[in-house]
Amino acid sequence: MKHLAEYRDGDTARRLAAGIASIVTRRWAIMEVCGGQTHSIIRNALDQLLPPEVELIHGPGCPVCVTPLEMIDRALAIAALPGTIFCSFGDMLRVPGSHGDLLGVKAAGGDVRVVYSPLDALDLARRHPDREVVFFAIGFETTAPANAMAVRLAERGGVSNFSALVSHVLVPPAIAAVMESPGNRVEAFLAAGHVCSVMGTLQYPPLCARYRVPIVVTGFEPLDLLEGIRRTVVQLEAGKHELENAYPRVVTEEGNAAAKAVVAEVFEPCDRTWRGIGTIPSSGWKLAERYARFDAERRFAVGGIVTAESTLCRAGDVLRGAIKPNECPAFGRECTPRTPLGATMVSGEGACAAYYHAGRFAAGQGERP
Amino acid sequence: MCLAVPGRIESIREDQGTRMGKVNFGGVVRDVCLAYVPEALVGDYTIVHVGFALARIDEAAALETLQTFAEMGLLEEGLAEIRGAAPGDDPVLCPLPPAEPPRR
Repeated sequence: MKHLAEYRDGDTARRLAAGIASIVTRRWAIMEVCGGQTHSIIRNALDQLLPPEVELIHGPGCPVCVTPLEMIDRALAIAALPGTIFCSFGDMLRVPGSHGDLLGVKAAGGDVRVVYSPLDALDLARRHPDREVVFFAIGFETTAPANAMAVRLAERGGVSNFSALVSHVLVPPAIAAVMESPGNRVEAFLAAGHVCSVMGTLQYPPLCARYRVPIVVTGFEPLDLLEGIRRTVVQLEAGKHELENAYPRVVTEEGNAAAKAVVAEVFEPCDRTWRGIGTIPSSGWKLAERYARFDAERRFAVGGIVTAESTLCRAGDVLRGAIKPNECPAFGRECTPRTPLGATMVSGEGACAAYYHAGRFAAGQGERP
Repeated sequence: MCLAVPGRIESIREDQGTRMGKVNFGGVVRDVCLAYVPEALVGDYTIVHVGFALARIDEAAALETLQTFAEMGLLEEGLAEIRGAAPGDDPVLCPLPPAEPPRR
């Protein structure tokens, strides 16, 4: 684990943090929506560099963590079907379903394969025409263009033994849900840089206006994060609530037009249940009707799924920012990355895994030294 | 969501009607779909997520990010993910460092 002291820009980082300390006059709670940012913040102990007035609340932006339990159970059932090759990003394999995980299905003889790209799954389907190849298409807007392209190419290429189990989620509706949740403490958001590299920034000004919150598009490197936080605090102190782009080397206002066009062709909006949070209206994408025959949910009738969540796990409270991971009684005891009770302990983007790997075991180690 | 790793486009080709190319990530070369960066040319830098180039970025920014990732130890993780492209290996969407025992 590298810490900021070893980092070339450590001095710049400390100057940025001092700059934030010099302008802050009261307590503020800022949510970083993206799990990749949570990982970077905890790994580099950026939260401990900030003045004590600035609290970072870790958001629900980990797609592995919020994929609904019912969908995990469906994946387990499909992966166990004879003749099926089930393809997934690696960090889904240990995510606990109601009864076991994908790794367990693989150990029991199921053909479960880890892929780097959805195109690898499509390639497997081309090479194994006698098998059903199912790809677990999860992710936020960043991953959607890749997953959409795989389905589109399957259609164009007549790869009829390929299908996708789609569980896509979207950032803007999650921001709205956080703001509307009872007891919400979040006063500003860092928006996820790579999500915005695809979607652009135009979805966010209406959220700023409606909820009177600043939203600052922010990157993933330590200086990017500190600059995003600094700009957020400047807005909060000035009573402003605007969309700002602090990651212009990657993000433009309009986003990636080619990617958005393919996503709009292949997917359509749907209500989505977020694990630990509940159903958020229009917060997901599913396959559009034109591509329905590539929908693994329709192709494989695996009925009778009865979900059962761990009674100890408080991942939902962590994902809503209500508690820090090390405030959960099971954290580091019953629940570790090797024996995860919830998905937030599995993924590198999950807040619980980030705290565990940074060695933050005692409650109160969450915010500052 | 999670990291997109910068790399340099080494070659561009059409593969069954799709714009594909070879991208060099600090010495590791991988096939990447370039359909979403139609303006990108050989020699350009792009950020890549799950095998897809999402945006063209300038060289200085790319090298800066690569250097930062290297210093943070993130580059090895990102490259392990990219290297493990063959189905059956274990690349992950966002790689975890090896589990360390609790220090209580």
